[in-house]
Amino acid sequence: MPTWIRACATDDIDEEDLIRFDHAGATYAIYHSPDGKFFATAGLCTHENVHLCDGLVMGHLIECPKHNGQFDYRTGEAKRAPVCVNLRTFPVKVDGDDVYIEVA
Amino acid sequence: MAKRDYSLIGPDGARAVETGLAAAEWYHTDVPRKVMKELMQRSDAPAIRDTILLYGLMVLFAAIGIALWPSWWSAPFWLAYGVLYGSASDSRWHECGHGTAFKTPWMNDVVYQIASFMIMRNAATWRWSHARHHTDTYIVGRDAEIAIMRPPAFAKLILAFVGIPDVIAFVPRVIQNAVSGPTAEERTFVPQSEWGKVQRVALVHVAIYAATIALAIWMGSILPLMVIGLPRLYGAWHHVMTGLLQHGGLADNVIDHRLNSRTVYMNPISRFIYWNMNYHVEHHMFPMVPYHALPRLHEAIKHDLPAPNRSIAEGFAEMWPALRRQLAYEDYFLRRDLPPTAKPYREDFHRDALGTQPAVE
Repeated sequence: MPTWIRACATDDIDEEDLIRFDHAGATYAIYHSPDGKFFATAGLCTHENVHLCDGLVMGHLIECPKHNGQFDYRTGEAKRAPVCVNLRTFPVKVDGDDVYIEVA
Repeated sequence: MAKRDYSLIGPDGARAVETGLAAAEWYHTDVPRKVMKELMQRSDAPAIRDTILLYGLMVLFAAIGIALWPSWWSAPFWLAYGVLYGSASDSRWHECGHGTAFKTPWMNDVVYQIASFMIMRNAATWRWSHARHHTDTYIVGRDAEIAIMRPPAFAKLILAFVGIPDVIAFVPRVIQNAVSGPTAEERTFVPQSEWGKVQRVALVHVAIYAATIALAIWMGSILPLMVIGLPRLYGAWHHVMTGLLQHGGLADNVIDHRLNSRTVYMNPISRFIYWNMNYHVEHHMFPMVPYHALPRLHEAIKHDLPAPNRSIAEGFAEMWPALRRQLAYEDYFLRRDLPPTAKPYREDFHRDALGTQPAVE
């Protein structure tokens, strides 16, 4: 059953940046976009098991720190080789100063 | 250790997967997020400047070479053109393949395709082989880009300075790729969705070389080949010289780039040709940092790295005896001391690889 989990405070993430969030044995990436919105994806690149939290956010793209593959973190779409498989995304809501993600 | 099998479909590769050496989590120096974000920032300006300079010089040198042809007075201009064609193309292929040279993606893609052609690499295949090189750097049986296998084949290494082994490998492979797509080994690291692209790229390369050869025959002169193709031979020496230093004589089957990669201080001309890849430990540890920011990255993390070699000559003086020793003792490698400020090598992670090296260094 889907559950909303508090991931972080809104000011934990700079704009155009991301942080890692671990919960119940899974790892997630939480993004703060340049237009002030928050998004969440799986925390590991779909190409290799590399944490995206060390990558670079450029606009609405996250670049993997190992092989420079890119995803659109709003949709999870793979945008640049070597990534071919889309990234899983998760619903996000902001309640006051807190960011929540919905996990299954 | 048993004799190494560098085939990507052989037992060493399978063992690396079983033991967790493949696709492992590598050691990274701690860098504050704010500093790393600043270092990773992309910019078009440095690469546009360098690309205009590179291609401008190539046009200039080739034009003078053609004007003076067939006089020997043209030779220095061909040598200069050749280094830019046959060596600078290696670093442009590399940096644009990573997508870090330019901020604008299409600029990376255009220079990547041109450089791939000049360095005689299939642009579709090598993008994936290089991804594997970063996943499994010098993991035997996994890394498709191990330049110096053990025991070192010195004749082949020396011939590489004039590009001969690379061209000998390239010609049948590009024809095979053009006819039937990637080889069996290439299919281990190129996703199936890209196999058609491998074939199309090979067809374009074959068509350009066929047209150049046809023009040379029609003119009754090798001049067209002096411009396209042959510079990959007579200008290869610089990229081989710098490339061998990247990992030569160092460890394999480890997951700490401080053990298997080498940083060498170089003169400004070599750094222009090589696009700062002399900061090779830094590049492998943080491949998202563009070439123009590598000197700053070096300053930020050098406290955690072995001391760099102070020149190309010093790098070879360190590497060459180690390679010679590997002829007799295949497991030998250089294990460089870390400064007191560095975190130690993780002996527990590397016991199998490090435990067999001789005491004398």
